[in-house]
Amino acid sequence: MSAQLAQYLLSGVTIGAIYALVALGFSIIFNASHVINFAQGEFVMIGGMTTVSLTGTGLPVPAAMAAAVLVAALVGLALEKFAVEPARGAPVVTLIIITIGASILLRGLATLVWDKKLHTIAPFSGSTPIEIAGAALLPQSLWVLGVTLAIVLALSWFFGHTLLGKAMVATSNQRVAAQLVGINVRRVLLISFGLSGALGAVAGILITPITLTAWDVGIMLGLKGFAAAVLGGLGSGPGAVLGGLVLGIAETLSAGYLSSAYKDVIAFVLMLAVLFFKPTGILGSRAAERV
Amino acid sequence: MMSWLASPRTGGFAALLAVIAALPLVLSNNYFYEVAILVGLNAIVCVGLNLLIGYAGQISLGHVGFFGLGAYGSAILSARYDWPPLAALAVATIAVALLAYVIGRPILRLRGHYLAMATLGVGVIVSIVAATEDRWTGGPDGMPVPPFKLFGGTLSGEGAWYCVVGFLLVVTVWLSLNLIESPTGRALRALSGSEVAAEVSGIDSARHKVLVFVISAVFASVAGSLFAHYSGFITPSKLTFLHSIELVTMVVFGGVASTYGAVVGAAVLTTLPQLLTVFKDYEMVALGAIMMGTMIFMPKGLVPSLQAWAGGSRVRKGIP
Repeated sequence: MSAQLAQYLLSGVTIGAIYALVALGFSIIFNASHVINFAQGEFVMIGGMTTVSLTGTGLPVPAAMAAAVLVAALVGLALEKFAVEPARGAPVVTLIIITIGASILLRGLATLVWDKKLHTIAPFSGSTPIEIAGAALLPQSLWVLGVTLAIVLALSWFFGHTLLGKAMVATSNQRVAAQLVGINVRRVLLISFGLSGALGAVAGILITPITLTAWDVGIMLGLKGFAAAVLGGLGSGPGAVLGGLVLGIAETLSAGYLSSAYKDVIAFVLMLAVLFFKPTGILGSRAAERV
Repeated sequence: MMSWLASPRTGGFAALLAVIAALPLVLSNNYFYEVAILVGLNAIVCVGLNLLIGYAGQISLGHVGFFGLGAYGSAILSARYDWPPLAALAVATIAVALLAYVIGRPILRLRGHYLAMATLGVGVIVSIVAATEDRWTGGPDGMPVPPFKLFGGTLSGEGAWYCVVGFLLVVTVWLSLNLIESPTGRALRALSGSEVAAEVSGIDSARHKVLVFVISAVFASVAGSLFAHYSGFITPSKLTFLHSIELVTMVVFGGVASTYGAVVGAAVLTTLPQLLTVFKDYEMVALGAIMMGTMIFMPKGLVPSLQAWAGGSRVRKGIP
């Protein structure tokens, strides 16, 4: 394996892990409500920007990060409580438009609360690259991969072994049946927004030392995370992770070997290809209903 | 007499004609004309988009992509190949119609919101290609577009453009109203009632949805071509995801499944930012709040809500 290829793969997996976290957020909310939450990218922005501004006030970095995750989770909860919940019973299209409105509102608020500049935080463990197969790996990449792996494991334990997690899975499979066995589906919806907010914020914090953050990073990260979720199969947890990694690697390979100008197009070309040929995505479990 | 005025096909249409005819009396300078022309072009896109959202129950998150393809198609053919603008517009429109058909046909066979995802992808791809292929499009800086020529004469001046755009808007609204009353429109209304029941009674839902999607793309493309010629310059900054969202907002704010609602939505949300330039910093916050507020408190949109409020009984009886 050439050093160049190794380099592309390593950067691809790193950015792919971030897409996977964003895609997981999309899938969790989609499972609970069939809503595509277009404000998912804004959670990523809020995570990064809150950490930046809190460390700026002198707060220790780990505390700032924890606070940022909390802030994003609270924004997620508020979004559900004050925007999605009041429109309960409305068609899914209406709910999707509400989340789009929320994303623009949050982005606008970010320009008012913060500014329109680029910001960054220091890498968690320095920036001396580690050499692997002739390729340079940033220590931050290890953080990204490690934390993503830990989150994926924690989520699979949560959905498989806790009462609340199982309730969320049950709701996504059959909402009415879940209600009949006594699951509070409204609480499930609320929790899924909070959880997605926290996941988005973690992604935003992890990636900030590598790609910087600003008020508008949520647009592209959100759209690409969405593409990753569709690629893997919207609503599928393993699909979201696989979709994120495939997308990240495809992106860096095409930037390296084809054209760096079209790096951002890959996500959407892959998404269209999946929609045309296998709309359930790579790992989508539920068959898309043919009309 | 009252019922004649209240019917959307006649009463609303007369009102629209009257507004378009009377507006020049208050448009005291070129800037006002410019805003009015932009309103008209956005309204043409929104009338088409409203057919898709209100009658086919699908959203497009990349309608600006079709607008952009029309704009750049016209710009490139007329500026780089010296095509007559009308021929360029026609070819760009046909190409967009074909593209919409190719996208819509497989995807609208699926139940769910796959069209939203696909159009989102198309919109983003169009804007990135427009910013990258600088040999053709001038890249991020954009490219100049020659003026529109019609019947041997050059279309110039705000007044002339106002007439053309106003005329086209009337045609668009007329086509839209007729489509809604046609078998396709009735089929689509049956679908929104119960897709299964409609299918059982023999309605090919996918075919009707594809037709509406193609029509909405065509309206956007024509508006895009005219916009390019009118402004004389086109840049990819017109083609962002946010602009697609603005178009959807105009439709839902004015009133989903209301053709005049789409026109009113386009008029209000195109004019508002012009009036509020002082509050430029708050534009995004306001746009987001309007979208959320409309959907939460007035999910039917402005025009249908006003209709219900003004002539309650008629709407409550369910006679559209």
